Amino acid sequence: MKIDFAHRQSAHCESGVCSNLLHHYGLDISEAMAFGMGSGMFFGYLPFIRVNKLPLTTYRCEMGGIFKRVTKRLGCRVNWQKFRSPERAMAALDERLDQGIPVACRTGGYWLPYFPPAFRFHFNMHNLVVYGKEGDDYIISDPVFPGPERCSHRDLLKARFAKGAMAPKGTMYYLKQVPRQVDLAPAVRKGIREVCRRMLRTPGPVIGIRGIRFLAGQVRKWPKKLGEERALLYVGQLIRMQEELGTGGAGFRFMFAAFLQEAATLIETPQLVELSRAMTDVGDRWRKFAVIGGRLCKGRASGDDTYEAMGTLLNECADGEASVYRELLQIV
Amino acid sequence: MKIDEVPQDRGMMNDHRKEVCYAVDDQGNYVLTGSAGWDPKNIANGQAWELIDKAAGAALQKVRRGQASPLFYHMARHQMSVGLLAKYAGVGRLRVWLHLKPGPFSRLSPAGLQRYAEVFDISVRELKTVPESHVSGSPSV
Repeated sequence: MKIDFAHRQSAHCESGVCSNLLHHYGLDISEAMAFGMGSGMFFGYLPFIRVNKLPLTTYRCEMGGIFKRVTKRLGCRVNWQKFRSPERAMAALDERLDQGIPVACRTGGYWLPYFPPAFRFHFNMHNLVVYGKEGDDYIISDPVFPGPERCSHRDLLKARFAKGAMAPKGTMYYLKQVPRQVDLAPAVRKGIREVCRRMLRTPGPVIGIRGIRFLAGQVRKWPKKLGEERALLYVGQLIRMQEELGTGGAGFRFMFAAFLQEAATLIETPQLVELSRAMTDVGDRWRKFAVIGGRLCKGRASGDDTYEAMGTLLNECADGEASVYRELLQIV
Repeated sequence: MKIDEVPQDRGMMNDHRKEVCYAVDDQGNYVLTGSAGWDPKNIANGQAWELIDKAAGAALQKVRRGQASPLFYHMARHQMSVGLLAKYAGVGRLRVWLHLKPGPFSRLSPAGLQRYAEVFDISVRELKTVPESHVSGSPSV
């Protein structure tokens, strides 16, 4: 049994799931649109939270937040469920599939057999849509992969009940009701404003623009503070958080720029095109930062590839982003 | 990023699959395009795997010297800590820690062994043995 579901590959799992589910119910919303409306853009450097004993850096909002905000802003009704018993979780999934409802599940990446080996880390924030079952196999639309994938009952169960930090606990969610007619413009405005406020006005040094500047200062100190070897691990971790599968490039900055461009026509504010371009420039700078970091990690650094240069680049990113957000707040 | 600058440095994707990347075309419009990978992130990913493999290799040596039970190697190979393995196996942390020693491990009941074997998706026989040398979980590195 297989639901007629259009799988469209996207860069990021949660916004991709969101866009694909809404598309299934007749709302054609691109991934970038979902990302923007859901205020997915973020920055946080949280050295007190450790991943593999290295500080956590995040370029996106909290998990589940994009889907929650997009559906709320569009007036959809959603059902979220968490389970204690794996058997019940799988039975509930089967039941929904029988009713013809595509269901999104939160999973851990480690146990999904179709993941390339290089991606198999204990990472519990992966979203995918299950839209069919044939024999023992579930048919899965995993937004970050080009085509539909298959996964056995046992593997999916394991993935849904992955353990560790932010364990998914069998979380599944689906759309119960989607309005026929929606006005996207207010949702877009709300999405943009929330991002700007969050990035500019969050108190404390670790989040938003201030977080980027804080990181810039820290990066400069790393080689002295941690020693060369450990500093390289920190840099490697930063690059992975920024670029590894699911960001669309430059830690979501390109995706946000794409959203601004789309939003320009939607809310009839041509200035957004210019700001989209400015955000692309910022994204290019983030990429440059990763290039230098990559060279350092590989031991192929030339004279200009220093921690100092990385810090300067980060400060430029902060400047660029701050001016984009300030202008956005004024025109949206 | 311009569309002709989208990197195609294959590394982490081990087959012909590509990931989606946002890039700007000649008219300045954003389009989705496929990227096979990018060197800086391949390097960063390789670095992460080096750490995992180093830990697993060291664990294997310890098992071979008889200072730890095979469970210790399997745990390291699967990037698990004692806490994580305890949660997966449904066994207390202290008992997992104990089972990492050769003696207590050898006294495990068949049911106890089965619990661990199921976590790693291997047979009890495989659980009790370790390979000659550690093979990286990520062939692309």
